[in-house]
Amino acid sequence: MNFFSTFGRYVVLLSRVFAKPEKPKIYLQQTIREMESLGLNSVGIVIIISIFIGAVITLQTRYNLESSWIPLYLIGLTARDTLLLEFSSTMVGLILAGKVGSNIASEIGTMRITEQIDALEMMGINSASYLILPKIIATMVFNPFLTLISMFVGLVGGWMAVILTGALPSSDYVFGIQYLFVPFYITYALVKTVVYAFIITSVSAFYGYNVQGGALEVGRASTRGVVYSSILILLADLVLTQLMLA
Amino acid sequence: MIQVDNLSKAFNNVTVLHDISVTFEKGKTNLIIGRSGSGKTVFMKCLVGLHEVNAGNILYDNRNFVKMDFRERKQIRREIGMLFQGSALFDSLTVEENVMFPLNMFSAMSPAEKRARVNTCLNRVNLADVNKLYPGELSGGMKKRVAIARAIVENPRYLFCDEPNSGLDPMTSLVIDDLISEITHEYDITTVINTHDMNSVMEIGEKVIFIHEGNKEWEGTREEILDTGNKNLDDFVFASNLAKKIKSLSR
Repeated sequence: MNFFSTFGRYVVLLSRVFAKPEKPKIYLQQTIREMESLGLNSVGIVIIISIFIGAVITLQTRYNLESSWIPLYLIGLTARDTLLLEFSSTMVGLILAGKVGSNIASEIGTMRITEQIDALEMMGINSASYLILPKIIATMVFNPFLTLISMFVGLVGGWMAVILTGALPSSDYVFGIQYLFVPFYITYALVKTVVYAFIITSVSAFYGYNVQGGALEVGRASTRGVVYSSILILLADLVLTQLMLA
Repeated sequence: MIQVDNLSKAFNNVTVLHDISVTFEKGKTNLIIGRSGSGKTVFMKCLVGLHEVNAGNILYDNRNFVKMDFRERKQIRREIGMLFQGSALFDSLTVEENVMFPLNMFSAMSPAEKRARVNTCLNRVNLADVNKLYPGELSGGMKKRVAIARAIVENPRYLFCDEPNSGLDPMTSLVIDDLISEITHEYDITTVINTHDMNSVMEIGEKVIFIHEGNKEWEGTREEILDTGNKNLDDFVFASNLAKKIKSLSR
């Protein structure tokens, strides 16, 4: 019962979010600001995590494929496909659920308890649309770039690991990451990223928007936003993989 | 003028406002007083539509707010200025951007006209050289003044103030009270103020409504409030030792 009630309130909130904006120009400016706040400010963490994960995936694959029957370029191919198919979309999505999701839930939750949302409503502004729509559009537009950055940097990380440790010849790795390349994998990853962006932003915003009480509830809303976004991302990963790759 | 007829409000089957009828007069400071938890804030939130009422009507110059749809309410709200208890300024915007916000959303003014209007409102609340500061850099009294400037920037016909003096020292409270009173008379606004500050009542209370446990128990003027014979109101008015002493001296 609680699930249906929460889901119903989520749908009602979304119907308000996607109502016609009062002044599209202001919403556009707000969307650009959110791209900087939620997207551009996440580039650093995406680069750091991707470079290390790319390196670790390459080294782990190397140490698990000791057989002389297996060509070394397969290590590059495995690292590439792991990054393209799963890490750069889903793992980065989960990381962003933590960083961006908690940011959104706590920002909107604080606005709720300090009556800033009431103030918007009193001015005759659709607060749900004004606060949430620019965030949803900003992340759905910007996050695919984060995924592309993650893919590139992850592959560079693997290459650097190969050079620094000598785990396999650099030429094998470079050949492997180009071998049997399927461009559709990038489309698949980008579609997943766009869906995850919507989930992260809308779910976290929902929990922030419905905060009642004080600072403790804002913290709880932030935690709920991250937890439920993460679960829904994993569920969406399963469904999209079955739909797009099966 | 705002006319309230038989307004009732309940949360989860617990009635918090019982059948309240009152008229808030134009060009006057109408004060709603009562103890904490008496239902003042719920009453004000019902008046502006932040809570839906369970029964009754609210007429803004004969326009029934309760019966209006979302679009009509939006129109009425553009005629309302509201000062929230905690000021409710937008943290991420400067003072100028905060005051300009309603103009940016709704007005067709040029940027220069908007800036001029913002400066007029900030000057009216006696604030200068704060345009580029953020709310976090202002004192409590300054935040209230900025919030008043934002509330009047669109020339409202109705002004609602929820606990305008909360968190302020007595001197600053007087300044804010005087400012609200001056603006009410200057622009001929219907002003409704929630307060439990007796200083405010005696300073600016042209019409006073006393709410006790969700019921309207008394209405009158500040001159009449000291001798009403209503025990609950007397307990509220003469709650402090100073007030009790003054009362005993006057007898």
